[in-house]
Amino acid sequence: MAYSEKYVAKSTTIASRLLGDETIVMSTVDSTLFSLNPTASAIWEAADGKTPLSRIVQEKLYVEFDITLEQARADAEEFIAELAAHGILVVYDRPIAQ
Amino acid sequence: MSLLEEMNQKASALGIPLSAHLDITWRCNERCVHCYLDHDVKGEMSTEEIKGVIRQLAEAGTFFLSISGGEPLLRQDCFEILEYARSLRFNVKLKTNAVMIGQKEAERLQQLGIEQIQISVYSHRPEIHDAITKLPGSLRRTLDAIRRMTALGLKVSITDVLMKHNVTDGRHVQKLAKELGVAFVIDPTITPMLSGDRSILSLGLSGKELEEVFRTEEFVGNVGEFCAPSGAVDDDVLDGHSCSAGHTLVYISPFGDVFPCVQFPMPCGNLRTQSFRDIWYGSTELKELRGVTVRDLPTCSSCGHVGSCTRCPGQAYLEGSMRGPSSADCEKSYARTGIPSANMMLKSEAAMASGMAWQASAQLVQIRL
Repeated sequence: MAYSEKYVAKSTTIASRLLGDETIVMSTVDSTLFSLNPTASAIWEAADGKTPLSRIVQEKLYVEFDITLEQARADAEEFIAELAAHGILVVYDRPIAQ
Repeated sequence: MSLLEEMNQKASALGIPLSAHLDITWRCNERCVHCYLDHDVKGEMSTEEIKGVIRQLAEAGTFFLSISGGEPLLRQDCFEILEYARSLRFNVKLKTNAVMIGQKEAERLQQLGIEQIQISVYSHRPEIHDAITKLPGSLRRTLDAIRRMTALGLKVSITDVLMKHNVTDGRHVQKLAKELGVAFVIDPTITPMLSGDRSILSLGLSGKELEEVFRTEEFVGNVGEFCAPSGAVDDDVLDGHSCSAGHTLVYISPFGDVFPCVQFPMPCGNLRTQSFRDIWYGSTELKELRGVTVRDLPTCSSCGHVGSCTRCPGQAYLEGSMRGPSSADCEKSYARTGIPSANMMLKSEAAMASGMAWQASAQLVQIRL
């Protein structure tokens, strides 16, 4: 499957905190509350707008969790699409300074 | 169970102070007749000290941060503090009387992503509101600020503290909140001053007035459900705690003093001489508080209201023991259900034994028969 490069960054309109092995994220715009599982938390923590998503998937998901690379990519795509739809994560096609 | 309840449960199990209430000043430009603070205490933490506290709270896992006072905007560094808290990704709520929030301040709050602005409004009538705040023009200025903020999409919540002075205005304030498009909360509790002075309690509602409030559908929703006596209690209730104070909630004064809650003035340490982590995990007072379950409460554990009571351990502490009853909550349970609490019955029996007729004793006997 073709995998186009992306860069993801946390929105500035969120509040977040690590709670045990999960991350809680709340939109300050609409007060939507999310609880991110450990896999999603790993992506969230690494979402600095500078690290390519492919590297995040490789280093934070594939290496640290017991899943295939394909599964890691699919999980990341699903997670990012959902949070981007809520304005929690912002997706770029080039690195950004944050 | 909601996601928020799950978060609280998890934080409690992990010993994380999920919510913190930080007063950055006790100074205020209003002098509300029912206020529990002493506005003239000197020695507030500096900007850097407060930032240090906020950083430590982030490290401890705090997510919900209420910045309050006094009037927090009286500090010239208020926005610097708010900005720092947001840079550490706290969910920040600001408690303010809003009289100092002009267009520029409202825009700044919106840019910072402040989750909610919580404001007290005591009446729709300036002569009542301003008499309570003792600041002429305060209602107009507060309402102007609310309109500015809502126009920018900020979420505002109005709290109406009901007292003898303003109890008849409650529904009008609720209507006003609706017109303004903001949330509305009633608070029928006057608490003693943190110094222990109980004189302001005389401003609170009478039992009859409290009964009327609790039977007002606009305030409580389904009156039948709200006023229904508590059902049978199970081990979950008896093995649980009265509230989150000291478990997942912490209060920090402008002077760095740490307490379980703003309404629970049991000193647990000071952040000028100790780290937050040392206080939160090491304070003997907090350890003792965390060890108290509902089952351990000598009077309340056998009370019929135990499953639904809003017992405040801080008020109980001010009455003499954190394990004791909180009389104001006994009165609320009684006003809600018509059934006296175990504490009221004990007091009644003691009064009768000493030949004194306590006001509710006759009702108590009738109900028991």
